[in-house]
This record gives sequence, C-alpha cells and structure tokens, in this order.
Amino acid sequence: MTDTADTRSHMPLGLAQRGYTGVIQHLSAKEAGSALSDVELESRLIELGFVEGARVEVLHEGLVGRDPIAVRVDNITIAVRRREAMAIIVA
Amino acid sequence: MELPLLHLALVGTPNSGKTSLFNALTGSRQKVANYPGVTVERKEGFFVTPLGRQVSLVDLPGTYSLRGRSPDEEITRDFVLGKASGETMPDLVLCVADSTNLRLTIRLLLELKRTGRPMILVLNMFDIASRRGITVDVGRLAKELGVPVVTSIAVRKGGTADLLKLTDETAAKLAAEPRENSWRALSVSELRATQREADRIIADCVSLPASPDTWTARIDAIVLHPVGGLIVLALILFVMFQAVFAWAQPLMELLNSGFEALGELVQATLPAGLLQSFLQNGVISGVGSVIVFLPQIIIIFLFILLLEDFGYMARAAFLMDRIMGGAGLHGRAFIPLLSSFACAIPGIMATRVIDNKRDRLTTILIAPLMTCSARIPVYTLIISAFIPARDVWGFINLQGLVMFGLYAAGIISALVVSFLIKFFMLRDYAPAPFMLELPDYKMPRLKSIAIGIYTRAKMFLVRAGTTIFSMMVLIWFLASFPQPPAGSTEPAIDFSLAAMIGKALEPLLAPVGFNWQIAVALIPGMAAREVAVAALGTVYAIEGGKEAADQIGHVLATKWSLATALSMLAWYIFAPQCASTLAVIRRETGSWTWMGVTFTYMLVLAYAASLVTYNVAVALGAG
Ligand SMILES: Nc1nc2c(ncn2[C@@H]2O[C@H](COP(=O)(O)OP(=O)(O)OP(=O)(O)O)[C@@H](O)[C@H]2O)c(=O)[nH]1
Ligand SMILES: [Mg+2]
Repeated sequence: MTDTADTRSHMPLGLAQRGYTGVIQHLSAKEAGSALSDVELESRLIELGFVEGARVEVLHEGLVGRDPIAVRVDNITIAVRRREAMAIIVA
Repeated sequence: MELPLLHLALVGTPNSGKTSLFNALTGSRQKVANYPGVTVERKEGFFVTPLGRQVSLVDLPGTYSLRGRSPDEEITRDFVLGKASGETMPDLVLCVADSTNLRLTIRLLLELKRTGRPMILVLNMFDIASRRGITVDVGRLAKELGVPVVTSIAVRKGGTADLLKLTDETAAKLAAEPRENSWRALSVSELRATQREADRIIADCVSLPASPDTWTARIDAIVLHPVGGLIVLALILFVMFQAVFAWAQPLMELLNSGFEALGELVQATLPAGLLQSFLQNGVISGVGSVIVFLPQIIIIFLFILLLEDFGYMARAAFLMDRIMGGAGLHGRAFIPLLSSFACAIPGIMATRVIDNKRDRLTTILIAPLMTCSARIPVYTLIISAFIPARDVWGFINLQGLVMFGLYAAGIISALVVSFLIKFFMLRDYAPAPFMLELPDYKMPRLKSIAIGIYTRAKMFLVRAGTTIFSMMVLIWFLASFPQPPAGSTEPAIDFSLAAMIGKALEPLLAPVGFNWQIAVALIPGMAAREVAVAALGTVYAIEGGKEAADQIGHVLATKWSLATALSMLAWYIFAPQCASTLAVIRRETGSWTWMGVTFTYMLVLAYAASLVTYNVAVALGAG
C-alpha cells in the first residue's frame, strides 16, 4: 500500500481515467480553478471524505468531456466534476 | 409525576434515514426517498416513550457539517445552535448514521459534540450493515465517542425499540449536566483533524468487509455507462409518458362512464330546474371531468416514487450534469426539476439543496415549465379529442407520442430559458461545483410506495373537492345567471355573466384562436390548471343542453378547430396558470419581483407560442 506512493508519480484525480485506483496524498485547492474559494472547496472535499490516506477509485465517467466522474472513496460513491477533482492529488 | 416535554432533534448526514425514523417514531408520513436532500424543511411530530415521557421530535434536513452552505443546511444549523427564532434548543440530539457508511457521520458527530448538546448516536440501517458483514463494537464506540450508541432499523417493525429504551435512560440523566456551547465553524485543518480522528475511531471499532455492494456495482455498470446510461434514462422517461397515456385509458373510461351514468341518473330523477342543472352541469360535468384523470396522476407518481426509492435520481443527476450545465444549470437542479413533473411546488422547495444563489434562482424560474401533473387533464382532454388513437411504426401510440412531445417541449423550453437567463442576466457566471453522494440502490418498499401514492391521490381528490369544486360553483353561477328573458330563442348561456366576461376578453384572445368559452375557463384556471378542464365541462354542459351528459371531449371535437386545440396545448406548456406555484416562488425567493418576472415571462411565452401555433396551423389548413 505505501509503496505505491514511491513508485507512482503524484497526479490530480481530475486527470484520472476510469478504472484508476489510488490513495489521496494531499489536497491542493489552488490548482483546481473552481468557482469556490480555496478554503471552501477544501472544506467540502474533506466533508465528503476526501482526506489524505483515503483510497479512491474512478468508477464511472460522464459522456461530455468524460465529466463528471463517480469516485469511490473508501466505501461511498461521490460524483464530482473533474474541475474540482483537480484539487485532489493522488498516487 | 408529570414529566416535562422532551425536545429531540434528528440530525445527520443526508440519506441516513432520519425521516424514516421520524415516521416510525411519530407515525407520520413525511417524504422518504433514496437520495440525499429529500427533507428541506423542519418538521415536528410527537410521541410517547415506553416510560410515558412526552416527546417532541424534530426532523431536519441532512447535512455534512454545521457550516450551513445552502438554505436547507442553514435550517439544521440554526435549529441545533438555537438560532432559529422562537425555538427551544433540543434537549437531546439524535445523531443518525447510515451504518454502512460511518465516516462522514462520525466526523459530523465530533463537530456536534462541541455544541454541548447531549447526544445519542443512532446506527441506522443496521439491517443492511449486518447483511454486508459489517460488525460494530457498539460498547467500544460509545466509550471512544463519549456518547451513548444504539443500533436501529427504521423501516422494520420494532426496529426502534432499543432507541426508545436508550432515549428514556438518557433523558432521565439529562438535567444534571448543562454544558457550554463552544461550537464555531471549523477551519480546514480542524476539519481534517476531525476526519482523521473519526477514521481512527472507526478503524478501532468497526470491521468492514472488503467488497462493496455488488448489486449496486452491477447496475451502475449499465446505468452510469456514458452512452448506455443516457439511453436508459431516455427510455425510462419515454416509457413513463407512454404509460401515462396507454395504461390509464381503461380505468379512465370506467370512471368516465361512471360519471355519465351519474349525470343521467340526476337528470332522470330530479325535476328540471336549477338544482338539476347545478348537480349535473356544475358538479358532475365540472368536478367529475377532473376526477377522471386520477389514474394518470397515479401512474406518473408511481414512476417517480419508484425511481426515487430505488436510488436512481442521483444517477440521473450525474448523467445530466454536463448536459444541463451547457444550458447554465447546476447538476443538482435535476432532481428538483424531475420532481416538478409531479408538481412544481415541491420541486421549487427542493431547490433549497442548491447552494449557489444564482443556480437556485434559475432553477426556481424554470421549474414551472416542467409539465406538472395538473397539466395532464388539460393535455389528455385535448389530445384524446383531436389526435387519432393509432399506432405509428407499429408500436408507438400516437396520442402517447404527442404527450411525450408536450413534455419534451416543456423540457426544451426550460433549458432555453435557463440558457437565456445565464446569457443575459448572470453573465459573470462561473460554474458552481457539483458534488453528490450516489447512494447504494435499495429495493423500493411496497409500503412506502403505497403510502406515497395514497397521499398524492388524496391530495388530488381533496383539491377536486375544495379548490376545483368552489371554482365550479362560481362558474356554474356565472354561466347560469342572469337567466334568459322568457321566450328568447338564443341559448340561455348567451345571456349569462360568463358570456359577458368571456366576450369582453375574446378580442384579446382571438388572435391565438381562443373563443369566449376558453376565455372564461382560463380565468378560474389561474387557481389550478385542472380547473380549466372543469370549467370547459360546465360551460359547454350548460350551453349544450341535450348533449349535456355527453363527454366533454366529444363536445370539444365538434366545437373547436384543430388549430384552436393545438393553440390551447401550446398555451398550457407555458402559461403561469397556478396561483400556488407563484406564491411558493414568492416565498422561496423572498421577493415579489421574481414572482412577477416568472408570471410575465411565462405569460408572454404562452401568448407567443399560441399565436405561432394557431397561425401556422391555420395556414396549413387546420383552421
Ligand atoms: N433497509 C433499510 N433502509 C432504510 C432504513 N432507514 C431508512 N432506509 C431507507 O433509506 C433511504 C433514505 O431514508 P430517509 O429517511 O429519506 O433519509 P433522510 O436521512 O431523511 O434523508 P434526507 O432527508 O435526504 O437527509 C430510504 O430509501 C429509506 O427507505 C433502515 O433502517 N433499513
Ligand atoms: Mg429526510
């Protein structure tokens, strides 16, 4: 589990393909360019369970621009847009 | 000794079963469905505990935190913090968790603890958790959290027995410990620390099986497939509107002949005169012509309730997010808009889950364009009178197809209006994020579907008996008085007040092909859309004399041109013919302006659409 962090490079979840699995490394709201303020976006992501160490899997994606994505976070499924998912750095 | 009233409040993450618990404990029938954001209001109910303690229980909208990001979450925050005006703070908070998904609720509970309110953690949906092999060390969890913990199954008989027992025990110990409220909005790092703490506690007390719900995964593989999912969604909507037409037909005919027989009975038994005319023309032709549509209303509600209980709504919102985003709508607008197919009023209230003010306003403005169930009587009446009931391409019912077209016209115009709002009024607009939990599918519960349909049917019938009935009395009166002078040869109705009013309005509506009878029907139709059908029923019944017992549809087919009928359909796609909807818009936006804007834009659209429809139809020879 921990070795994935070493062998895989960090990337934003917003760029992940369907089927991607990984672990959240950190949140970086500045990179997302969301309509929300950085603090607000980060708070909301944490409130939905996107915290460091959580396992994520991209289960589904929408048709237009493969957006939004349905992400499994531990044992719940959350739909988010890729734009907001850019704030979630995974590996 | 008389125990004081105990104030309990249900707080928890969305879709954890708070309202189900509320209903189980108080015997209420509040709306329950399998998607986050069902409850958007505070509701109070009462019950008595096994030890005889009187309890006031308050159900609140679900929330992930006390920050109050959207109007529904603010209601919960204000109630818990005692900010709501004239409210007592709850003596005891029942923090309700979905046992299959504890992370978010435990974090919320740690935040709630700071308010100093005494609390119980309710591990609800414990049946599902057990079935999945999730085990919880309840004693240890209670010790770690410092609050009593109990399991519950809100939807099973006796599933709340332990909770009731614990409530009694906890309430007995309450008064001794008044505590400080040290709550303030959590900073990001506090939030993160709280989630970490929650995760640690869960790791210690809960054992999770490795595999998630396989059924949900299997269904989602199809339903959320980028292309397949959209096809499934279109198919569901198509079947729904076809069914509204095709399945209801036999039952409607049965009701229709029932009312006809009743009318004939009245005619045969009562002496000719005012009483006979009132019962036959006012009550039976008027109110009866609306009640006939009960089967269709039930079918549309059946579909919506099944989709809601199954857990499909959140998926549909996911599929539609980008498509609606193109029209300037928020993904979360989908559920309010889809519930507006039933009625715009709950739809508009459901927009409270949308946090961004502009997104919410746009959704409110277009919700009345969704084809609500009150339009069904109007559409059906005209369609069955003017559109032949044949099949196209062998399997699609033409009448159903026209119905589908009318629904589609409503949806498309809503998207266009939303696009225009975004384009002209809210220019500097950045897309608000869409974040939505997709709950696991649940088998729809027969009982809750039955209750849902029963309440809707009852509402419809009560409306028929009150609003529609009183409007009918008025119309019957207007259409019957003053009576014609003795010996006159023209139809009696031509001398009535209704004819005077209708003929005064006729010049205004003549360009769209409406005659004075329609003009008369449109005014009381402001009270509720179905009233127009009833009003036409009464006006034509009084005018018709001998054919009074005839079905109103047959009468229309002989009195209206096809162009007029089509123009009327176009009118009803847009016209703001519902006073209660306007009142809700006023309340939810807190402004008369937005109500006025809605009314005006819809009226203008209705007139324009009818004008175009009528003239094109006449030009094509349907005049
Ligand atoms: N199997 C099972 N299903 C439950 C239980 N409690 C609730 N449900 C189902 O869970 C879904 C959500 O229930 P609601 O009572 O609407 O949840 P809520 O917490 O009021 O949701 P919001 O108002 O959106 O915050 C519904 O489909 C219920 O039938 C339970 O104990 N067992
Ligand atoms: Mg609820």
